[in-house]
Amino acid sequence: MLTAAAILVDGLDYAAWLFIVAVGLTLIYGVMKVVNVAHGGLYSMGAYAAAWAVGLYFDRGLAPAGSFLVLALASVAVGGVVGLALERGLLRLFYGRDDILIVLVTYAAFLILENLVLQIWGVEAYPAYQPATLLGTMTIAGLPFSTYELALVPLAAAIGAALIWILARTRIGKLVRAVIHDREMASSFGIDVGRVYTVTFVVGAVLGAFGGAVTAPIISVAPGIGVEVIVLAFAVVVIGGLGSVAGTIVGALLVGLARAAAVHLLPQVELFAIYAVMSLVLVLRPQGLFAPARQRRI
Amino acid sequence: MTKFTAKAGWWLGAAALAGIVPVQQAAAQDAATVKLGVVTFLSGAAAGPFGIPSRNAAELVVEAINAGTLPAPYNSKGFAGAKLEPIIIDENGSTTEVVQNYRDLVQRRGATAVVGYVSSGSCLGVAPVAEELKTLTVFFDCGTPRIFEDEDHHYVFRASATSTIDSTSAARYMVSRYKDMKAFTGINQNYAWGQDSWSDFEGAIKDLKPGLKEEDPLFPKLFAGQYSAEITTLLAKDADVVHSSFWGGDLESFVLQADPRGLFQKERFYISTAETAMFRLGPKLADGIIMGARGPWGVYSHDTELNRWFRHAYTDRFGTPPVYPSYQMALSLLGTKLAYDKAAAANPKPGVEDVVRAFTGLEFEVFGTKIAMAQGKGHQGIHEIAQGTYKYDKATTTPTITDIVYYPAECVSPPEGTKSTDWIKDGMKGAKNCP
Repeated sequence: MLTAAAILVDGLDYAAWLFIVAVGLTLIYGVMKVVNVAHGGLYSMGAYAAAWAVGLYFDRGLAPAGSFLVLALASVAVGGVVGLALERGLLRLFYGRDDILIVLVTYAAFLILENLVLQIWGVEAYPAYQPATLLGTMTIAGLPFSTYELALVPLAAAIGAALIWILARTRIGKLVRAVIHDREMASSFGIDVGRVYTVTFVVGAVLGAFGGAVTAPIISVAPGIGVEVIVLAFAVVVIGGLGSVAGTIVGALLVGLARAAAVHLLPQVELFAIYAVMSLVLVLRPQGLFAPARQRRI
Repeated sequence: MTKFTAKAGWWLGAAALAGIVPVQQAAAQDAATVKLGVVTFLSGAAAGPFGIPSRNAAELVVEAINAGTLPAPYNSKGFAGAKLEPIIIDENGSTTEVVQNYRDLVQRRGATAVVGYVSSGSCLGVAPVAEELKTLTVFFDCGTPRIFEDEDHHYVFRASATSTIDSTSAARYMVSRYKDMKAFTGINQNYAWGQDSWSDFEGAIKDLKPGLKEEDPLFPKLFAGQYSAEITTLLAKDADVVHSSFWGGDLESFVLQADPRGLFQKERFYISTAETAMFRLGPKLADGIIMGARGPWGVYSHDTELNRWFRHAYTDRFGTPPVYPSYQMALSLLGTKLAYDKAAAANPKPGVEDVVRAFTGLEFEVFGTKIAMAQGKGHQGIHEIAQGTYKYDKATTTPTITDIVYYPAECVSPPEGTKSTDWIKDGMKGAKNCP
């Protein structure tokens, strides 16, 4: 019973983090059909910017509760600026070109961002633990859990619900869905596809940076964190189906619960568990669990 | 000269310039200088905890060697009088890249000797190439015993002891301090360093306390960063003692996540590389953690004239005290200097073979610790190691170590010619002078 409760809590916890980290990737692919490898770099920049800003904030002795706002603002600033620069300055030059070329371009952008992080923040690790420490722990089934990490569950749920609602119920969402459905047709109806692409990419970039920012208080922000995250994020969105927000939720839950179960029950296969889930899903449904239906052009 | 030989000479000259043909370094070396390759992580995850502290130490010690300002017996200038010209390069990258960079360092940039390498993968990849290029190469940090246990080397040396001493001394420390422990487990990164460290500790602690219950060890992915599930699992286990060889960002992330959840209060942790993080984490590192420094280095180093200079000069220049990788780099450079100086006694302009002869089986004292090149047919050093318990002094806001125990080399190292794993498996027979 204790183990089942622990698996559930740890699984949800990890799934929430995975979803926050991966959702920007799936949003960008869903709208733009761009496999954005630079997402790992955005995560990394978000984490560094947040850790650096939180450090400055606490050094000035300001109200501790304000540090959560600092985390969010740092990620919005970094994700917004870098996302806009990448989309306007680089990606738009390659729209309509071969998919592989775009993957290579975003990979190059990822390497540039990784190097930029080193140039700005150096190789030393940045701990920004204060926001997580502020919230303390909660006891569930007799075991203490970090309240900050548990708080990621409702935060992830709120982000997921907001994205689904915006895409399904708002005017902006309708425009985005029109572009997803048929770019040329949307353009002929007067929708500014370029602007939809820019906004989508910037939102996806901000989400990537936000993923890094909310992770910063529970890790030591060190060089290379973006590499690990991009692999996991891809696993999650591939399981759910590239481009599907709902699929990303399910993918994150499957991976989170599988990993937690492996750690608790059979730790030797922890590493294998995540990719076993991915392989199984791809064998049964190569397009992923919730991949949007593809239109057939004649 | 015939037309053919003249042409061949041109081609050979051009090829040598381009680094295609290996140059006999000892013969070609200008006696007034030694081009010294220094290889460590300048980027990537290992740069912060290991690479930069070792690079800093290299800069400091090379300057002091060139100036001849170190205490005796290191007070003569340069290597056998030759000024050092350091060429510092990054170890980051795949093993293939590391090996290519080593070739470039020796063949194109003309390094006569190389001191470097943190990763055991790098050392295993570079060792055969060092032999091929006949270049004196001194590994300073990589811990795998396999370098000299699996192969004999002529041009390769390592003055720092292997990782075996970390785990065997840790097991002795834990058994002596926690006599009522019933069960143990471990959490180590899932790659060679983590697996080997755990395997040695597991074997050693079972030798010392038969009947101890072993809980399933955890091996999260390297650079996983998220350890919530592992921490819950450890909290739910019955283990009294936990072994970890986590390092860098993984170590710090684990500490930041585990400490608020009370894990370090519930279980006694041994962390073999924690010394590298103690000044960075300060109060975030829980009191009571047993921490290693891969030798009697860093906070465990003895008070000698050389050590006082090193700590003061390092702290003054870099704003933080030197940690164990700094010491490992310094002792490797100083050992190499002694080998050059010893070789110069017989040949004032020593070639690589002279230095190799002098280095083989060398015994020297550095930072108050004796290093004996007593394993790997005189190419692998053995030395004592210290273990102690972390305590953060709130009054002075200083990280400190209490209850320090020094384990002599003959207590924690296998005899020459015996593989570490076999020695541990056979009950660490022949271990002497254990405290």
